[in-house]
Amino acid sequence: MQFLHGFLWLIAFWLIGSLLVQLGHLPLSPGVIGLVLLTLYFVARGRVHSTIASASQPLIMMLAMLIMPGVVGVFQVLDQISEYWLAVLMSLVLGTLLSVASTLWLIRRLLSHTTPPHHETLLQDNALLHDEMPLQADDASRTNGQEERP
Amino acid sequence: MSHDFTHWLQQPLLSIALSIGAYLTGLKIFQRLGNPGWCPPVLIGALLVALLLWLLGIPYASYQQGAEWLMLLLGPATVGLAVPLYQQMHHIRALCLPLLVCLPVASALAAFYAIVIAWALGAPPQLLASLAPKSVTAPIAMGITSTLGGSIPILMGSLLITGVAATTFVTLLGRWMHIEDQRLLGLALGINGHAIGTVRAFEIGPTAGAFASLGMTLTGVLTALMLPLAWYLAA
Repeated sequence: MQFLHGFLWLIAFWLIGSLLVQLGHLPLSPGVIGLVLLTLYFVARGRVHSTIASASQPLIMMLAMLIMPGVVGVFQVLDQISEYWLAVLMSLVLGTLLSVASTLWLIRRLLSHTTPPHHETLLQDNALLHDEMPLQADDASRTNGQEERP
Repeated sequence: MSHDFTHWLQQPLLSIALSIGAYLTGLKIFQRLGNPGWCPPVLIGALLVALLLWLLGIPYASYQQGAEWLMLLLGPATVGLAVPLYQQMHHIRALCLPLLVCLPVASALAAFYAIVIAWALGAPPQLLASLAPKSVTAPIAMGITSTLGGSIPILMGSLLITGVAATTFVTLLGRWMHIEDQRLLGLALGINGHAIGTVRAFEIGPTAGAFASLGMTLTGVLTALMLPLAWYLAA
């Protein structure tokens, strides 16, 4: 019943997001507002509720499957964008090359005077994570890499 | 084909069964291929669904109608991303200032480059709206694109290409710029390559993975908050 309890919480936060979008005519998606509000709620309470964690974990693991019907649609629209294939491809590939280069350059400048985490602090971090939170941050729509996790 | 069978093929639960079955098969094939970064399980699963729809003669629209029941779960799943985000809070606090400067700029640039290049090459606004959230994790990106009036299928294709390109470029440029700090590589992968980049980051190491999921979630939230506002101001 933990799952149902948490699931109800997630839906409630989504519904609040949806209400704000409609009342405020906001150009935002209800899910993102719910995500921000729930994070603020966790910050205010200082912890993650185990019910909400137990509902979000399976949902996050399912994310990739939930978006799959959208991917199926790609094959239906290929002819629609055939006219603009060069624009699409350049925007995606060249755009990503430029943004990766800018990001790496920018973060290197900003992080250069902070020291990378030592092994010890890293271990502490993880101990802290395991202690109070049952869910690892890295579960977001991923399928492999589990074996690398501490 | 009898009328009854055609009717059976349009059951929403059949679409759901097809999606789950194809995704699980996609995962299996993905692992059998040795986890290739350029070919995520979603893509294999989607190809399988497309193939099955064609073999069974199910129109895409009727599959989509049924699959919408499944996609309803995207709402609570997006809200659920708050849990991993909150768990990254100690990283965010430790690197508060650099992240505060870097993330808004980097996520804005990712959208900006894509929009400007496509616009310069003559893409119409509806296409721009589908390309703009290309570096954002899919559940959030779908919300952004529908807000802007873009096409979800085109967005999904863009996300796949971007994820693969970002993973390749971070590896190449990282080597070329002699960057070995896992925090840096992880952030760059998460900010530019969403979930596909994050998967790659976990292959580099747990620290890179943690920073990639941090970069991915914050980029998603920031872009979702900034892009629609910028879009309406520009339009």
